[in-house]
Formats: sequence, structure tokens, C-alpha cells
Amino acid sequence: MDLKTLTYLVVGASFVLYIGIAIWSRAKSTGDFYVAGKGVSPLANGMATAADWMSAASFISMAGLIAFLGYDGSVYLMGWTGGYVLLALFLAPYLRKFGKFTVPEFIAERYYSKTARVVAVICLIFVSFTYVAGQMRGVGIVFSRFLEVEVTVGLMIGMGIVFIYAVLGGMKGITYTQVAQYCVLIFAYTVPAIFIAIQITGNAIPQLAFGSEITNEGVGLLDKLDDIVTSLGFTQFTSGDKSKVDVFCITLALMVGTAGLPHVIVRFFTVPKVRDARMSAGYALLFIALLYTTAPAVGAMARYNLMNTIQSGEVGTTDGNLVYEERPEWMKTWENTGLVVFDDKNGDGRVQYYNDANPDFQATANSYGWEGNELSVDRDIMVLANPEIARLPNWVIALVAAGGIAAALSTAAGLLLVISAAISHDIIKGILAPAISEKNELRAGRIAAAVAILIAGYLGFDPPGWVAQVVAFAFGLAAASLFPVILMGIFYKRMNKEGAIAGMVTGLLFTYGYIEFFKGLFLKWAGAPWGENVAENWLFGISPEGIGVIGMLLNFAVALAVSRVTAPPPEHVQQLVEDIRVPRAM
Amino acid sequence: MTAENRKAYWRANLRLVFACLLVWFTCSYGFGILLVDQLNSIRMGGFKLGFWFAQQGSIYIFVALIFFYAWSMNKIDRQFDVDEG
Repeated sequence: MDLKTLTYLVVGASFVLYIGIAIWSRAKSTGDFYVAGKGVSPLANGMATAADWMSAASFISMAGLIAFLGYDGSVYLMGWTGGYVLLALFLAPYLRKFGKFTVPEFIAERYYSKTARVVAVICLIFVSFTYVAGQMRGVGIVFSRFLEVEVTVGLMIGMGIVFIYAVLGGMKGITYTQVAQYCVLIFAYTVPAIFIAIQITGNAIPQLAFGSEITNEGVGLLDKLDDIVTSLGFTQFTSGDKSKVDVFCITLALMVGTAGLPHVIVRFFTVPKVRDARMSAGYALLFIALLYTTAPAVGAMARYNLMNTIQSGEVGTTDGNLVYEERPEWMKTWENTGLVVFDDKNGDGRVQYYNDANPDFQATANSYGWEGNELSVDRDIMVLANPEIARLPNWVIALVAAGGIAAALSTAAGLLLVISAAISHDIIKGILAPAISEKNELRAGRIAAAVAILIAGYLGFDPPGWVAQVVAFAFGLAAASLFPVILMGIFYKRMNKEGAIAGMVTGLLFTYGYIEFFKGLFLKWAGAPWGENVAENWLFGISPEGIGVIGMLLNFAVALAVSRVTAPPPEHVQQLVEDIRVPRAM
Repeated sequence: MTAENRKAYWRANLRLVFACLLVWFTCSYGFGILLVDQLNSIRMGGFKLGFWFAQQGSIYIFVALIFFYAWSMNKIDRQFDVDEG
């Protein structure tokens, strides 16, 4: 059977599965729609959270990022896992005890304020839409590469599937579909990783192969990699270019941002008990760690395979480099997509791949007769091309396609749901029409989900140039606005409405302003970015990706200062805080 | 539940949270970032130790840490008789 038919079959079968689950787990009440009736087991919720959290970016891009960044890629590995420790310790059990439907609802009741609720909804919608646009785009790309349809057609199919199960099933449908999607994506991720690990090192466990010796070479994979890349002018794989303070701040911003993301927090509302919420955070991170500890191994092995293919002989010798006409099949396939580009600058018919931006390597390169780097490889293809590079059977390639789609769909659905809940529950029921019946609220939720899918589809179809840049903004924003306010709401009884609102607004404006200043988001028409985005100009040497940390600190400082000079929260709110701190209902 | 008991329960919780945070910080920010160059001079199998903490070790420790927290917290809940039964 040819690859295309096989891919259609595997992806089609996964869609049948998702839709079947959606019909079986239809939402019948607002409780089902927003929080799956609070009846999800901690293990199932852990899997659903893992699928919810791991997006197309984790599945497709992360290993590729690490392949090219080496040690500097650690910011993503630690940053996107360590946040679950914060969630488990500081938020999940208490928000579960609070026992309502949405994150803005907690902020509204804890800070007895509709203004606070509206500010929280604005943060939530911005963060979530930013994300979802990227997911829909991911679906389109996977479809176009593996099913050979137009990106737009792929996008429409993806929208249709999400529409069926998110609108019909609400949180309940999404949860059980995500469990299935997790299984598909983790299987699709680990199978090729195991094959490649065996090919390179003979060790079947990627996490161990990462630190093993290359078969028949008697030298460790990482040492060999360090050797090859430095001999071509790149930074050592096991060390980085970024400054320590920047690595520190980016990691922290990603961790705190993770803990402040509404679509992740809300997953912990769906379990029956407080202790289930704690346990569930553990399961979630366990399932995430399966992929996140495999990813750096995949990254290192992919980089090794790539370097080894191109620099097949000794560096600097005339026949040390790959002859372009003899390039492997996968390189030709990906050249068709424009994601691999070759330009024979010195006209020798061979491929030279080295760091021509490194001034110290210039003289060496010249002495080899090299006239610039001739190959550009898009980072995003490393995971997708991996099975082809390792010459794995077609069914593995089909599986990777299904896995990439599962990762993108599961995250998109989770995000769309928190957006629709914020509209129907926080804005319509909470502020505009408190007397709305449950049936109408459910209907409003479904309509909001449908509209959100259309907007997300539009953003994915025609992504504003800034989608990639705002990912950093989304984390920074969540870290600087939502996280501190929820944390203080639980751990500092004296925190009041005035402090919380002042803190949120400060954190938000500062972080937004800094990113706008260096990267330019919405104010491009007014001349943004105004500052050159280089380390010399940054505040304390912190890049816009890491600035959410300073925003968070400002949020805490302003909130504490303002709350000191304003009236303490009313008695019933202080009682609420006492209540959520204790698991048993008093 | 008396106010006294409530306070003691919360203090026990905060102590546990603080201990877990210390481990969380040490294995990631400590070993994986601040001390990474020093630790890289130590080898563990084919890994430089600092690099291993940054890309593998810290994640394993995070997972263990959450399960440890959940288990300890359940114990504290029972001890103060505030568990959900």
C-alpha cells in the first residue's frame, strides 16, 4: 500500500474514533459542558491534561528547536514542565475546592468585583486565541504535507472535526477525546524515537540512548555531536549562547506562564475531589514527561543524522561533503515543500553546511574553499522528516501524521472551550444576563464555541504576521497577570479588590509594553518596535521572552502596596479563603 | 474545626510547600542553570551532569516531587481530620 493511502486510512480511523467518543459523551448540562460533570478520574484527567497542554508546537517543533539550540533549548524543557509543580503546589487543589466553572469566576468572587472579572476575561481571551491560531495552522501544515491537500482544505477538515466534538460534547466530549488523542500522539512520538535510538546506539530507550555510545564508533553521541558542530563553527551542543540571567528568566516566565494558563487550570476543575486534583497534576506531568524527556534525545539524534549525512567525511577535505546529486530521498521530498533549500555558492556540486555567521570560523572556512553556508533546514521538519531520514516503514510515517494532528486538535479544542465558557458563563451569565436559564446558557456556550472555531480558523488561514512572536507574549501575559492574582487570592487573605486590580493592570501593561517596544505587536502602524531587540538594550539583560518575570514581580509589589493602604476584604470573602484552604466541606 | 487547628494545618501545608519548592528550585535553576558549568565537569555515563539536569534530570525530579507532595498532603489531611472521607 502506498504512503498516501495508508496515511488517509490511519488519520481517517483516528477521526472516526474521536467522533465516536464525542457522540458517546454528549454534554447534557452546563456542568457537563464546562467541567465534565466533575466526574473525571485523576488518571484520565492526567492524560487529557497532557494532550491539552502538548500542542503542535510540542509535537512538531520542540525536538527541532533543541536539535539546533542544544543546551539553550533547555529553557523549553524545564519551563514547560516545571510549571506543573507550581500548579500542584499553589493552585490546582484550592481551585478545585472552590468548585465553580471558570478562572475569571474565581477572580470575581475572591475579589468581589465585576471589573476584576472583565480584566481576567480579557487576559484569558487574548492568551487563548493566540495559541489556537497556531494550532489550526499546524493542522493545515500536517494535512498538506502528508495528505497532499491544500493548507486551506486541511484547515477546514480540522475545523469540522473540532466543531463536532467541542460543540456537541463540551468539556465532557473534549476530555475523553483528549484521552484517546494522548494515546495516539505519544505512540506516534515514541515509536520512531525508539527505532532511531536503536539505529544509532543500539539502545532502545531514547532517554538512555541520548547518553550512549554510537554503534561501532566507541564515542558518546553527545561528545561526537559536540565535536562535529564545533568543527563547523557552531556552538557546542551541550553548552549555549544565551546569558545566564536570560535563560533563568525565560525558564521562570514559561513555568509561571504555564501555571497561569486558563485552559490548563480549568482541567483541574473536572475531577471529583481535592486529592484527585493533586494526584491528577502528578499524572499529567508524568504523561507529559514521557514526551518531554524523549524530545531532547530525538533532537540530538536528528542533528547527528543530519550532520552525518551532509558532512559524510572529514571536515575540510575535498570529498568530505555530500554530493548534491547523490542526496537522499527525504531531502528531495522536503525540497519540494521549500523547507529544505540548497544553494551551491562555491559551485563544487557538494553541500556545505556550517555556521557562516561566526566570524572566528571565517578564515578556516575560506581555507576550505567554502563561500558561505549552502543549506538551510527549517527547524519544524526535524520530527516530521525523522522517520524518512531513518528509513522507517510507511506505517510509522502515517502514524506521525496522525500524532501531529492529534496534538494540534486536542489543544485547539481545550482552548476553544475556555474561550466559549468565558463568554457564556463569565460575560453573559455573570454580567449581562444573570437570570438566564441553564438551557439557554448551554445554548450560548455552544454558539460561542462555534463562533470561536470560525475565528480560530480564520486566524489559522490568514495568520497575522505576529502569531509566532505572541507565543512569548501569551506566556508572559499569563505569568504577569493571572498567576499572581490567583496565588495571592489563596495564600494571602488580606489581599483585596484594589490591590488585585492594580496588580493585574500593572503586570499586564508593563509586560505588553516591553514586548511591544522590542518586537512590535499591535502598534506597528505607529512605528513599533521602537527599540532594537539586542541584549545591550534589554532591561537587566532580559529578553522579551523572559520579561514576564519582571511583570510578575511588579504585579506582586503593586498589589501588596495598594492592599496595605486600602480596606481589607469583607468578612464573607475572608471566610471563602478559609474554606478553600481545607479539603473537607465545613 | 477550631481556629487553632486550622492554623496548625495551614502551617504544616506551608512547610511542605516550602520544602518542595526548595527541591524544585535546586534541581532546575540551581543544577540546570546557575551551576551548570561547574557540574558539566562531572560525567555521568555519556552525559555532562549539568546538561543532564537541564534536559532530563530536572523533569524526572518534578514528576516525583508532585507525587510526593500529593502523598504527603493526603497524610496531613488525615492527621488533622480534614480529608474528604
